[in-house]
Amino acid sequence: MGNSIIEPHREDFPLLMSLDAAYLDNAATSQKPYCVIDAERDFYKRLNSNPLRSFYDLSISATDSYENSRENVRKFINAKSTKEIVFTNNATSSINLVAYSYGLSNVKKGDRIVVAISEHHSNMLPWQMVAQTTGAELEYMKCDSAGVYSDEEIYRCITPNTKIVAVAVISNVTGSKAPIEKIISTAHANNAVVMLDGAQSVPHTKTDVQQLDADFLAFSAHKMLGPMGVGVLYGKEDLLEKMPPFLRGGEMIESVRLDRATFAELPHKFEAGTVNAAGVFALSSAIDYYNNVGIDNMERREQYLTNYAYQKLSKIPHVNVIGSSDPYNHSGILSFTIDNVHPHDVSAVLNQDNICIRAGHHCAQPFLAHLGIRSSSRASLMFYNTEEEIDKFVQSVASVRKLMGYGD
Amino acid sequence: MNSRNFYNEVLTDHNINPAHKREIENPNFELEGVNPNCGDDIILKLRVDDGIITDGGYVGDGCAISQASADIMLDLVIGKSTEEARRLAEMFFGMIKGTASDDEIEQLEEAGALKDISHMPARVKCAVLGWHTLDDIIDKV
Ligand SMILES: Cc1ncc(COP(=O)(O)O)c(C=O)c1O
Repeated sequence: MGNSIIEPHREDFPLLMSLDAAYLDNAATSQKPYCVIDAERDFYKRLNSNPLRSFYDLSISATDSYENSRENVRKFINAKSTKEIVFTNNATSSINLVAYSYGLSNVKKGDRIVVAISEHHSNMLPWQMVAQTTGAELEYMKCDSAGVYSDEEIYRCITPNTKIVAVAVISNVTGSKAPIEKIISTAHANNAVVMLDGAQSVPHTKTDVQQLDADFLAFSAHKMLGPMGVGVLYGKEDLLEKMPPFLRGGEMIESVRLDRATFAELPHKFEAGTVNAAGVFALSSAIDYYNNVGIDNMERREQYLTNYAYQKLSKIPHVNVIGSSDPYNHSGILSFTIDNVHPHDVSAVLNQDNICIRAGHHCAQPFLAHLGIRSSSRASLMFYNTEEEIDKFVQSVASVRKLMGYGD
Repeated sequence: MNSRNFYNEVLTDHNINPAHKREIENPNFELEGVNPNCGDDIILKLRVDDGIITDGGYVGDGCAISQASADIMLDLVIGKSTEEARRLAEMFFGMIKGTASDDEIEQLEEAGALKDISHMPARVKCAVLGWHTLDDIIDKV
């Protein structure tokens, strides 16, 4: 209770109980608790039928489970209405939906699109496409080496001809939080909308889209204890209402003639084809899990672990932690380089010590280039990680240079 | 297969103190090799006179395996004919696939230090990057 640190809850995660390794790649995907795995199976065992299509009881139950899950997601991010919750395949497809549907119909030559330099390719390449297709100008908003965006930079980039601003709430490279309140208010003052990439934030910190006055928010179920293959797009109702469908086909229509169709109401207008109903049902179970344990409790434990890991990692000679020197601005994400050792060699050594971390450019090549590095290693934490795992990780990192033939 | 032992002295030594990671004088063949997945990247330059590789060098960035392998390769092929270099490349690919004989591995000299890569599928591309680039350059000679 209060400010105490919760237990890691490892017994809820079958893979963690059987895995002989420390799983520190949670920013890539999280592990799944029993309830989520059971929910996915349960759907196929008890409810399987094509939701939203038929009028027999079984299909109605499948539809109910699907729509109740939508309500659960709505509550989780405090959206106004379930019309604002669109199920997709992942964060990437949510962002592409906005780019193709909103972007291509609202941006024209002479307009500006602003993309934060720290974006994952998922919230960058769709906007490159919109700029190329429409002839709009693409401006990159630059942060400093700690990952911080200054007010001046925000004002420099977001101009009266700006139509869209794309930014991640939390960077998957540095773990730092973008000043999204400032970015949103500046964008709105210029009649622009903001595409928030919540892939790394929604799983780790309370999200309230109404309080943020968010326009669009994308996130993936698989990074928040849920299954792979399900994503969410939150969009303000009046924005989604005016947008053309992205994909066309079954399930998203009201009536179809040979030469035209009228489209279904929100949110189904954007859910063409058979949906991943089992996955959505399992996401809803992941949200129940968050609500039971308490996302604030999880966040407090993750902050505690991040600080614990940061203090040790940053003291190892020749190790450079990327981003803020304040561990509380890392949200569980610790990217680092080791002098003269390539990140792939780092992860090969750590793999031998049974530690799973990510190596490479983290799908953010322009950001790494901006920081002056080609690639890095990344450990990313979740509340179910432990101090022992971090100790093992730190010890292994400290041994790398010696193993690679350096004298220290 | 223990990858801790995998970074043996031959490998770490060629990675830290490469003999051929440099620009050479008057190269007449040059090719870039890239592993898009992991970002290993080398530019291989050769001087070939009358079918003999008289000098070679590379520049680039990548993991220890990709860089050391390229360096060891150049040690081996400089002074040899392009046909001989190609024959060694075939042997190297054979070794990585686990099909080379002990006698062939012997002929690969220090490059034999990479033979355990055949048990590490994720690193195979790193080890063969230099050799594939060499193989492709020889096509142009
Ligand atoms: C910040 C960020 N945005 C987007 C994505 C893409 O997520 P997904 O692959 O689930 O679409 C990721 C994860 O890889 C991410 O970290």
